Amino acid sequence: MTDEHRTPVSLSGLPANDPHLQPAARNPQLVERVISVCFIVGTLCIAGFGACYWIDAQAWKLGATLGGGLLFLGIGIVAWGKYLMPRGPFVEERHTLANSEADRQAFAAAIVERGGGVVQRRKLLGKLLGGGMGIFGIVAMFPLLRSLGPLPKTTMQHTDWRSGSYVVDQSGRRVQVGDLAVGSIETVFPEGTENSDRGQAVDQTVLIRVSNEAFTTMKGRETWAPHGYVAYSKVCTHLGCPVGLYEQELQLLVCPCHQSMFNVTNGAVPQFGPAPRPLPQLPLYVDSSGYLRSQSGYHEAVGPGFWERS
Amino acid sequence: MSDVIDTKRAKKQALGPYGRVGQTLDELDDRLGLARGGRTFMDKIFPDHWSFMLGEIALYSFLILMVTGVFLTLYFIPSSAIVTYHGSYAPLDGQKMTQAFASTVNLSFAVRGGLLMRQMHHWACDIFVGAIVIHMARVFFTGAFRKPRELNWIVGSTLLILAIVNGFLGYSLPDDLVSGTGIRIAYSIILSVPLVGTYLAFFIFGGNFPGTAIIPRFFILHCLIVPLIIIGLVSVHLFLLVRQKHTQFPGNGRTEKNVVGSPMFPVFMAKTTGFLFIVGGITALLGAFAQVNPIWQFGPYDAARISYAVQPDWYMGFLDGALRIWPSWSFHSWGYTIPFEVLIPAVVLPGLIFNLVFVWPMLERKFTKDNEIHHLLDRPSNRPKRTAAGVTMLSFLGMLFIASSTDVLAKFFNLSLNTVLVSMRYLTVIVPILAYPITYRICHEIQALHGGGRRKTPNVVTRSSEGEYSATPSPRYVDDVPSHLEATPVPTYIHEDPEESGDGGVRVVDR
Ligand code: HEM
Ligand code: FES
Repeated sequence: MTDEHRTPVSLSGLPANDPHLQPAARNPQLVERVISVCFIVGTLCIAGFGACYWIDAQAWKLGATLGGGLLFLGIGIVAWGKYLMPRGPFVEERHTLANSEADRQAFAAAIVERGGGVVQRRKLLGKLLGGGMGIFGIVAMFPLLRSLGPLPKTTMQHTDWRSGSYVVDQSGRRVQVGDLAVGSIETVFPEGTENSDRGQAVDQTVLIRVSNEAFTTMKGRETWAPHGYVAYSKVCTHLGCPVGLYEQELQLLVCPCHQSMFNVTNGAVPQFGPAPRPLPQLPLYVDSSGYLRSQSGYHEAVGPGFWERS
Repeated sequence: MSDVIDTKRAKKQALGPYGRVGQTLDELDDRLGLARGGRTFMDKIFPDHWSFMLGEIALYSFLILMVTGVFLTLYFIPSSAIVTYHGSYAPLDGQKMTQAFASTVNLSFAVRGGLLMRQMHHWACDIFVGAIVIHMARVFFTGAFRKPRELNWIVGSTLLILAIVNGFLGYSLPDDLVSGTGIRIAYSIILSVPLVGTYLAFFIFGGNFPGTAIIPRFFILHCLIVPLIIIGLVSVHLFLLVRQKHTQFPGNGRTEKNVVGSPMFPVFMAKTTGFLFIVGGITALLGAFAQVNPIWQFGPYDAARISYAVQPDWYMGFLDGALRIWPSWSFHSWGYTIPFEVLIPAVVLPGLIFNLVFVWPMLERKFTKDNEIHHLLDRPSNRPKRTAAGVTMLSFLGMLFIASSTDVLAKFFNLSLNTVLVSMRYLTVIVPILAYPITYRICHEIQALHGGGRRKTPNVVTRSSEGEYSATPSPRYVDDVPSHLEATPVPTYIHEDPEESGDGGVRVVDR
């Protein structure tokens, strides 16, 4: 932007008693006194902030002194500008931004004809360079993408639960058939993952004892819940929050994020809320020494939906 | 003899009428040619209307964000490495947590002024986003986005998105239980994108959720990349503002061909500097007295645990609300899944809203066939359709925001969750639909009012001796009478009344 395009300002003067130059305040002396008080109080507060910082006072004292100081100084400065400086109104001309038709044409011609002419005359060079740049752009993405993260492969499809995994609680203790009373709940993991990040996020499973006898949540799952131990993935099928709340009377698992509710007794079918799918159930068995173990991994991907989820 | 006495005076004369300041400016002008442009800039006129302050609040809260943010980076450790906490906050002693969380707790309890800086940073963020939204509403309802300012509208809307994104990134950094749940939800939203979602999620997070890469990555984005883009766009925003000059409301000699108000120097400079201090002061007071995000109460993130009250920061509320009330429609066939229950409310819906915002100036130009340059603002009531459309959008977002606390509402009104959910679904559709005609009517009513916006003065009713009544309005309040002073260009110099010397105060300026 050149100066020629800015508003030319006339070198005009005003007599000191011109009404535009008078302060807006009706009583400037009073305003001046108020502003002085603001400045003094503000400065004292800022000094107080320094002192508080020096002696390492509590956060609220630091904030109160700093905030008070800035606030009083600020109010003073604003009032100075608003009430004691020339009240105006002043005016500035506004000029059309658009240039003359001749200027526009000269500009357009310079770009289209000068640039276009050069490229048009050397079509091959233009194409080669364009192609080179395009390939450079695409190739530049490869290392960027590949060093950002591994490919998903099938890691989203399965968890660390295998056939025969021991069911352990958060401290790594194996769960035995007598451990939970009817109506109680425990977050469990396949042995060995209870302290890993992946285990926490993917393998987390709720173990609920709903009765004393083998329990059937659905047709075809007659053997999945020995001694009344039902296990569901704890990862909400909506957006993956841990389904952490158990309403024992209603036999509901509730997700605190968006209130999806899953019925524990009939295969964790969602009864309410935005979750689209039941929580996958983990088939369990009790081994000869009384430990709870998984018959197999989950039969489907746990957690929220994604494209490759079959 | 007089030579000796006059050396001081001679020196002064050699410096010229403006002393050392004048000389420095001359030196600068020799090298940079600043005088004319600088003068024009000093004379730039800023309209006096209060609503022009909203953009300044946004700007200054951003400054505060940068200052407090730099302080925080000195102590925050962006690492997912697990440590055992042995710090000054006893209730967490001995717990395992990431270094990010531990350093945030330390920042709050062991670093001098750390807690204040953390809380100021968080409050400044809330003020920043809030001010942008309100600033944007003022630009929208007054039609300030019309030609020639469409580009600045687009820059501004991009700034809003960046502000929200950076707020979310920052909120996620401490790796506490609440924000960690937020990251988990973000991961699942990315997963929901058909075809490439899984790859996107893996590249952004460096693998399966949660991994150890996300905190350092968010840190770089939050502290470096996004702020740099914001600084760049704010510069563009302000450059365009200076280039195109301010808009103004009509009336009192304000036309399409001028700008009336106060000059940059010194009046606006004083007001705006004071304003920076006030915004800083209010942020500090909020930081001192209003606790925000007490992460030590939530505890460290643990993917298998959840806190009961999961609430994102307010500007993410509309997304959370949409996710709650959208029905559980998922598509599943041929071995593939499209999670519409997430894709539509969390990806498609915000995409549509922001695209509508971006193209609004073009849409309006197309429908009104108004291709003129506008520097005078509209009163919202004079543009009932636009105003009604704006209110519709705001009420829609408002309903989504309310829907993000269905559980709180259910508890508060002692209703079943189901009732609340179903009524929120209806309200989110009905309220915006009703908002349009109602706003439209109100606008028309306001147009019909004479002297709307002015304070009413009493009518004096007199009864003549014949028993005839007559009403005369009493004069307007002094403050309401517009000053009929005609606007004048900013003076270059001021004639002082001559005091003692003969040369008066008149300064001859040569150019
Ligand atoms: C980082 C965020 C932002 C900052 C720091 C900022 C700052 C400012 C400032 C200081 C002004 C001067 C006067 C005024 O307040 O009206 C301004 C004007 C303007 N802003 Fe923003 N703003 C931001 C975001 C936005 C957004 C989100 C929009 C709209 C989508 C927007 C659109 C505009 C327009 C069109 C103008 C010119 C208005 C006029 O001259 O009347 N800005 N901005
Ligand atoms: S994440 Fe469970 S309901 Fe949304």
